[in-house]
Amino acid sequence: MLIKRPPDIPTSEITDERLFWRRRDFLGAMAGALALHLVPRLPQQGEKLTSFEDITTYNNFYEFGTDKKDPSRHAHTLRPRPWSVRVEGEIKKPKVYDVDEVIRRYPAQERVYRLRCVEAWSMVIPWLGFPLASLLRDVEPTSNAKFVAFTTLHDPEQMPGQKRGVLPWPYVEGLRLDEAMHPLTLLVHGLYGKPLPNQNGAPLRLVVPWKYGFKSIKSIVRIRLVREQPPTTWSMSAPNEYGFYSNVNPDVDHPRWSQKRERRIGELRRRLTLPFNGYADQVASLYTGMDLRRTF
Amino acid sequence: MNRRGWLQAGVVALGLVPLAWLAADAFGDRLGANPIEEITHRTGDWTIRFLLATLAVTPLRRLTGWNWLIKFRRTIGLIAFSYATVHFLIYIGLDQGFAFAYIGEDIAKRPYITVGFTAFVFLIPLAITSTQGWVRRLGGKRWNALHRLVYVSAAGGVLHYLWLVKGDQVTPVYYAAVLVLLLALRIRRSPSAARPVEQRVDLLADASRGAQIGGEPLHRPDARVQP
Repeated sequence: MLIKRPPDIPTSEITDERLFWRRRDFLGAMAGALALHLVPRLPQQGEKLTSFEDITTYNNFYEFGTDKKDPSRHAHTLRPRPWSVRVEGEIKKPKVYDVDEVIRRYPAQERVYRLRCVEAWSMVIPWLGFPLASLLRDVEPTSNAKFVAFTTLHDPEQMPGQKRGVLPWPYVEGLRLDEAMHPLTLLVHGLYGKPLPNQNGAPLRLVVPWKYGFKSIKSIVRIRLVREQPPTTWSMSAPNEYGFYSNVNPDVDHPRWSQKRERRIGELRRRLTLPFNGYADQVASLYTGMDLRRTF
Repeated sequence: MNRRGWLQAGVVALGLVPLAWLAADAFGDRLGANPIEEITHRTGDWTIRFLLATLAVTPLRRLTGWNWLIKFRRTIGLIAFSYATVHFLIYIGLDQGFAFAYIGEDIAKRPYITVGFTAFVFLIPLAITSTQGWVRRLGGKRWNALHRLVYVSAAGGVLHYLWLVKGDQVTPVYYAAVLVLLLALRIRRSPSAARPVEQRVDLLADASRGAQIGGEPLHRPDARVQP
């Protein structure tokens, strides 16, 4: 479902949380009627929202430690304001945005997406954000722009996990331009109607719901349009385990574990993992003719 | 119960503390967003810790001269086996939901599960033959030889951990370092060195002679070849 909001008011001031929850009940009942072609039919039967507590205390954000609980404990050192995001590269209008300027400029939408981690667990999260395509169109990519490269903040004072060389810092990710322009691809600045908590990637993160979670880079400071496929952190760290595309694919196992099933956080029994995390109808056409076993 | 009996009971009670703690956290809803993973990780951690503790008994005894430590080695080993069993059953039941097709595939295809499963299987005969009766039935030499499987299990357990983590290997590397240290302490000075027969009391002596064994080390030239 898609809810447009007045752009000038911080979303946290609009609806109090109890009302917000009742609104969800109402909208949930109408989900079928409202279902738009491009917005995933969610919540589907048996797919409940993951609790705010679980979403904010079970995180992979190695910049704050490698334990799932580390980010919620340590991310208070991150200062998400003031925050600037540099948009540059193969575009006609390079610009350094203040993050609040971006948030004001593009109307916030709520999107309920599945998040599937490469570690075979998953969540259902009500994000608040806007399509990355809106921003990219405004900066006018040149015909040379083929890929989009994203970079996380690199500041070991704010992100103490960066003092250890667990991964090469800063964290970088990338998408092909058509993936970046896809209407499902979001820049996110909130969840559950609140500003994005630090441990979830404040103040601005990417959400690409048909790819494994690590593609959805957090705390972005730079978006650069480039000609060549950019390096990505996990594929640099372990090239045989993590590819550039990393589409959710139950038929391609991680070398060390199966991707056929997943544990939905809050559920006891594993469920089957869906191709493209259940978004195949919307995105499979992006990969026509590609051998996704090889280009995993 | 005699003094030794009380001490054994004390060791068992201490060994159960992490399990009780886990149970308390489970009932108090303190296992976090992914409780099955948390239980799996914690029981796995304690399996490795107790396995390393059993391997620490002999070096510690040699360093300190506290020969009575040997009396607790089998008990600690059985505690390790108990945690391994809980860990394994949680994986089979709670984690995989008894989906044996997937479990079989895991064991066959995932090296970290293959090695972990093997380590667990090797512990089973050790647990079964841990009674005095089995020591007598097998005879000391064979019993000792069989129980060297614990080295395979400990190494397998550490490798299992090392191969499963993503990115941050500090904890398993730490366990591996402890394991290597404990094994290195077992390497004898060469037989041509001054003392061809080193003082040692092994579990065999303890088990077959029971309470007779005191502080006096048993000389067993046949046990010179160490794994």
